[in-house]
Amino acid sequence: MAKKESTLVNMLVSLLVITAVSGGVLGLVYGMTKDSIAQVEQKKNEKAIAEVLNTGVVIASFDIDTIDGLVYNLAYDNSNQLIGAAIKTFSGKGFGGKIELMVGVLENGTINKVSVLSQSETPGLGANMTNESFKGQFSGQHPNDFKLQVKKDGGDVDAITAATITSRAFSEAVKTACDGFEAHKSQFLKGGNSYE
Amino acid sequence: MKYIIIILSTILVNNVIFAQFLGICPFIGTSKKTSTAIGMGAAVIFVMTLATLVTWLTQYYILKPLKIEFLQTIAFILIIAALVQMVEIILKKISPSLYTALGVFLPLITTNCAVLGVAITVVTKEFSYGGASRILNLGESVVYAAGTAFGFALALIIFAGIREHIELMEAPKGMRGVPIALITAGILALAFMGFTGIV
Amino acid sequence: MNNNLKTFTKGFIKENPILVLLLGCCPTLATTTSAINGMSMGLATTFVLIMSNLSISLLKNFIPDKVRIPCFIVVIASFVTVVQLVMQAYVPDIYETLGLFIPLIVVNCIVLGRAEAFASKNSVWPSILDGAGMGLGFTASLTVLGCLREILGSGSIFGWRFLPEDTDTILVFVLAPGAFIALGYVIAIVNHLKKSK
Repeated sequence: MAKKESTLVNMLVSLLVITAVSGGVLGLVYGMTKDSIAQVEQKKNEKAIAEVLNTGVVIASFDIDTIDGLVYNLAYDNSNQLIGAAIKTFSGKGFGGKIELMVGVLENGTINKVSVLSQSETPGLGANMTNESFKGQFSGQHPNDFKLQVKKDGGDVDAITAATITSRAFSEAVKTACDGFEAHKSQFLKGGNSYE
Repeated sequence: MKYIIIILSTILVNNVIFAQFLGICPFIGTSKKTSTAIGMGAAVIFVMTLATLVTWLTQYYILKPLKIEFLQTIAFILIIAALVQMVEIILKKISPSLYTALGVFLPLITTNCAVLGVAITVVTKEFSYGGASRILNLGESVVYAAGTAFGFALALIIFAGIREHIELMEAPKGMRGVPIALITAGILALAFMGFTGIV
Repeated sequence: MNNNLKTFTKGFIKENPILVLLLGCCPTLATTTSAINGMSMGLATTFVLIMSNLSISLLKNFIPDKVRIPCFIVVIASFVTVVQLVMQAYVPDIYETLGLFIPLIVVNCIVLGRAEAFASKNSVWPSILDGAGMGLGFTASLTVLGCLREILGSGSIFGWRFLPEDTDTILVFVLAPGAFIALGYVIAIVNHLKKSK
């Protein structure tokens, strides 16, 4: 096949055909991957909820409530008693941008466990917040006895070496979740019963 | 206040070159002389601000309503390429003197990843400049783009000034040229890290 | 065959895109904070390189000269979007870490450079080999740089930590300045080796 001349018609036709074919192919690929992409987020959430609310008590039902940008996944037992909440919280003050956490808070306000949903901190530094050695220190603490601030700022949180900004953001996100839970707890207690 | 924070953050704290690694190729390529650096810097400021304005509008008034956001990459790069061509043609007609100053840099900008990078960043990343984190609106996006471009120009001009001096120094054979320039850039990046935490 | 082999291997050393030609610096610096990140980025780029070289060598007679660059860009951008969607669906963690630099493969000078310099002038099979060679050469340099920065900066390799938990490492190498410095030294070593040959 000889090379096409650069006439206006040829140029327009070839550009149009290529763009149309690419658009079509992309539409197809998008259709194939769309569901998996949507599920990724959901699966990650479900996994994190199961992880941070793992207390041994059987969860009978869930309620989801969104207040001030935080998502409260409220867990109830057989008799509609509140077991605790897995709270999706965030801080925009990370070194690499937004940090999203799932914080498991028990009914009495104690932090059960924290799981990291998404972060873009520096590997080897801030990204160490996903290590048990850092996030583990929050497990089993009650915000009344454990001040959710890094030690440098007068709190009780051991910061990650050379990553104070990340540690601050992490603590802030956990604090937002705990404060939010405490503030809205009364409506969560009623919330479970009104549905069944 | 919010705009001042965005500007400070994009120029100093999250400098496009030293912290985000966007636009390194032109940074190394056009920094041998201060005069070229100034020309390239000015051209980037102009194109980046304009490109972000247009791509932002495209994202929210064409791609989103039609639910074809997956075509974002194609759409944005074509818009930037077309925009650069248009700027070149218009500049040639309206202001030949400006064209002779900036003209040679314009084609280089299409493949400057900082332009596409900023266009994508402002419509996908959430920022928290005073308050809850969210996607930027049009005004903030344009300020963000302009700040980033000024950050690029600043880094480029400082770097060119240093490089002019380095050229006169005796460096080990293997280090001459690009390697010593990269290491200098590393030291400059260290200096810019000092701005961390001011906003 | 010998010729084909040469087409394939030149990307590794003689015309290595990063270390010799200095193309594609941005992803090189940004994504090599660890060996695994560097390698993933390299492989994503390799895929785009092979596919775009393949399509462009097939389409080269259909595309008029004057609009070849926009056509190449559309083809490349399509494959980049494919990579983006597939990674988002099946390896979301890696996609999140590499973030912005996946769509930015579009403006990676290596991809457009090979399309223009090689694929638009050669037939299909050599173009695929050229893409694969260049891509793997790119991947190899990213992985080496990633290993280097991870070993020095985090005391680990491919995520496996070989130093005790509380040992101090040279943190600067995982931070932004370390990227420039590490790449500078690696290129200096390559330059030195080339000259002493």
